[in-house]
Amino acid sequence: MGSDALYKLLQGGGAKPLVFQVGSHVMFSQAHIRGAQYAGQGSQATGLQLLESKIAGLPKGSFIVIYCGCCPWNRCPNVGPAFHRLVELGFTNVKALYIQSNFGDDWVNKGYSVETGG
Amino acid sequence: MTGLTRATALRRAGRFVALALVFLMGTGAGNTWAAESALLHKPAPQFVRRDFGGKTISLRSYRGRVVLLNFWATWCAPCLQELPRFAAWQREYGEDGLQVIAVSMDDDEAAARALARKMGLDFVVMMGDAGLGKRYGGVLGLPVTFLIDRDGTVAERFESGGHLAQMEEQIKELLAAR
Repeated sequence: MGSDALYKLLQGGGAKPLVFQVGSHVMFSQAHIRGAQYAGQGSQATGLQLLESKIAGLPKGSFIVIYCGCCPWNRCPNVGPAFHRLVELGFTNVKALYIQSNFGDDWVNKGYSVETGG
Repeated sequence: MTGLTRATALRRAGRFVALALVFLMGTGAGNTWAAESALLHKPAPQFVRRDFGGKTISLRSYRGRVVLLNFWATWCAPCLQELPRFAAWQREYGEDGLQVIAVSMDDDEAAARALARKMGLDFVVMMGDAGLGKRYGGVLGLPVTFLIDRDGTVAERFESGGHLAQMEEQIKELLAAR
């Protein structure tokens, strides 16, 4: 899923996905997608445990979007493991936000709304 | 409209757009960082931090030297490709006035210390945080590297890696400007 599509979805009046940031907390604190929750670094065992705790009890069909944006897409260590863990756990409607360069360029600099802290 | 007034109008329109962008971003629940480019040709934001060797490091104390300020993390593959080059540059250009300062944006300080030790990084290495990242325009992707001239002014910003040749050329130019 691209950033433009997610932004439109979040701005629209329809059902909204649960958005989880699966990168570093330092990055999350600087800025994250409005409404997103921090779910731990996908590249680390402790991060995946936090992700599991965040989605515990959710229906398997829940619409979930994960993103990182720490690094260029093809170098990101976090999104892949987090995505695969969610699929392994039986979630059927998971999408990864495609961030080509980084969160700054591909979300913040587009003027899309963010929150800080957390 | 004359050429002069058109240029003035364009400048004013540009300022308005920039202000509008800052305002719009600022409505994002307290997001107050400036645009990345806003730091260019401005004094580098000062900081005082303790490095991994326990020494108190003040950016201001490097006035008169060219500073390569790099934001990195242990999980960032492009960062790990750059760091050995920065170590080589510190050795090669240190006597000419280059100082490399690497700021880890890891959540896990122990991991950053361990990797710095393993890689034998022999320049200034320290931990960063969200506050420092915001002061540098938002470090919202790694790696990010700033070149700061001898007067303490931000001369260039590089992101995403892959710019080492260009970076080295600029370092040489900044070192030559005494």
